[in-house]
Amino acid sequence: MLQESEHEALKRKALEIRKLTIDEIGYLGVGHIGGAMSVVEVLTLLYEKWLRIDPSDPKKEERDRVVLSKGHAGPALYAVLADKGYFPMEWLHTLNKGGTRLPSHCDMKLTPGIDFSTGSLGQGSSAAVGIALGQKLRKQESRTFLILGDGESQEGQVWEAAMFAAHYHLDNLIAFTDYNKQQLDGMTGDIMSIDDITTKYNGFGWHVQRVDGHCFPSINRAIERAVEEKGRPHMIVLDTLKSKGFIPGEGVLSNHNMSFSYETAKEAIAELERREGAAK
Amino acid sequence: MKPFDEYKDMRAVYADTLVELAAENPNILVLEADLMAASGTKAFRDAYPDRLLNAGIAEANMVGVASGLSSMGFIPFANTFASFAGRRDFDQFFLSANYAGQNVKLVGSDPGVTAQFNGGTHMPFEDIVLMRAIPGLVLVEPSDTVSMHAITRLLAEHKGSTYMRLQRKGAVTRYKADQKFELGKGIVLSEGDDAAIFASGMVMVNEAVEAAKLLKEKGISAAVIDIHTVKPLDADLVLEMAEHTGAIVTAENGQRSGGLGAAVAELIGENIPTPVVRVGVKNLFGEVGTLDYLKKRFELTAEDIVAAVERALFLKKKH
Ligand SMILES: Cc1ncc(C[n+]2csc(CCOP(=O)(O)OP(=O)(O)O)c2C)c(N)n1
Repeated sequence: MLQESEHEALKRKALEIRKLTIDEIGYLGVGHIGGAMSVVEVLTLLYEKWLRIDPSDPKKEERDRVVLSKGHAGPALYAVLADKGYFPMEWLHTLNKGGTRLPSHCDMKLTPGIDFSTGSLGQGSSAAVGIALGQKLRKQESRTFLILGDGESQEGQVWEAAMFAAHYHLDNLIAFTDYNKQQLDGMTGDIMSIDDITTKYNGFGWHVQRVDGHCFPSINRAIERAVEEKGRPHMIVLDTLKSKGFIPGEGVLSNHNMSFSYETAKEAIAELERREGAAK
Repeated sequence: MKPFDEYKDMRAVYADTLVELAAENPNILVLEADLMAASGTKAFRDAYPDRLLNAGIAEANMVGVASGLSSMGFIPFANTFASFAGRRDFDQFFLSANYAGQNVKLVGSDPGVTAQFNGGTHMPFEDIVLMRAIPGLVLVEPSDTVSMHAITRLLAEHKGSTYMRLQRKGAVTRYKADQKFELGKGIVLSEGDDAAIFASGMVMVNEAVEAAKLLKEKGISAAVIDIHTVKPLDADLVLEMAEHTGAIVTAENGQRSGGLGAAVAELIGENIPTPVVRVGVKNLFGEVGTLDYLKKRFELTAEDIVAAVERALFLKKKH
């Protein structure tokens, strides 16, 4: 259970991460804003509360690992990692610049705190399964957290990995599907329907939950349950809104990769602050 | 089609050509893997909604489905990023499409450094290398709006599977609208006696043309050839140029080991040994950045081609 004060702190942190992400992409002028904004809560909760990690020692052997399989959401994770002190905040303004250590898609060879390189959709799922299996083989207590896109889940490899994870009883694998119902060309239901995700993972032998992906207490409770439930890998389907918090992109069909000026970014941040203030 | 020099992006030429082809041939279909917005085929979907099928983010399945459709007499153009077209569905393209004798037109966009902001994960330096290994495959890389149109049409007519690299952003118009193209036949853009530069694709043909100008200022006359078909290679033209100039340079927006340069060097080495100097990516993975940054980073500029020609001339003298 989340304490009320904890919940308030998480909400403040998520707002901070959103602002950093908008600023980071806006500074460059273009980027995968939609899919970055929808995973802010899950990333914030993991890094603030759950992960057993040490930002001063990013490669610590027995750490929990995070695989952001939808690697194009890298900018949101970079904001979280910078906030955690993995690297200087100033790096955020080097996003996608020639020679940068923060490329649009996650790269474990460049960025401190990135546990796996991703970007070719679907591949992160198998890699996460391998990491979770490795943790078991090494008899570590650590866990692997995997974040998948709903569109990404159309890749066959995602289901090959699902089969494997269940077969090897990888209960230290806690996966999330960012179910924002949109992909690049439009609504996931129109492009290639993947419904019903929960039944599908159930069928593969996973422990499955479905929660509001922008609600901290709900996600937190789901993770608590996942930790308790032994013997099976876990899928937590997060109902989310693509571009959540970048208001010019919310509810827009073509919000996957957007071009916007730094001016617009600043206005969007102010608008978000107004909205969050009014919600209090 | 509108006048060629009015196109701002090569992908728009591609999409309009598909619309033109579809009007003539009911068997033309377009397959996408959630990158319709990138390949520019929304125009096709608007014109022929029933003939654009989006497979979702599932490239291997898309190519397998295309192969099945081909066996039913359709001519599927299947589009995705060149990174995934080469790497992700290679086995399906190899077996279901090529080995099975099907007629699948695979098109990979954002070849080489043109992947820019998508960075290393999306930067295909190896698609030419991979595709070259497939027996009988036709592998093309148009260099301007006119060739994009003509070659897409030739691919539709060709019986057999093909792979085209599509630089989707930006456009130049180099050729006159009535220029003749033939699969497997390179085009001499400018004559020269000291050396010959074989370049493929828009980025490298542009750089090669620029390089020839720089060389001219230095008193070196270099022929420039747009080698739009990498496979089958125009052997007659390559050997003729080797004989005439005695110094060959290749320029490609991809890995130089195993690519166009390798194809040219193999052919020349076994026939008229002549110096061949290859401009291309030197055993590196891709990175993120602007096109200008990346061209410099991976040594794909006109200046790099000039240096390669000078090296070829040095080797020729030593001979
Ligand atoms: C194998 C592969 N195919 C295509 C792409 C191009 N691409 C990048 S993101 C994306 C859409 C992703 O949709 P989804 O997984 O739902 O992510 P979200 O909507 O959360 O951004 C596509 C098609 C890719 N990166 N990898």
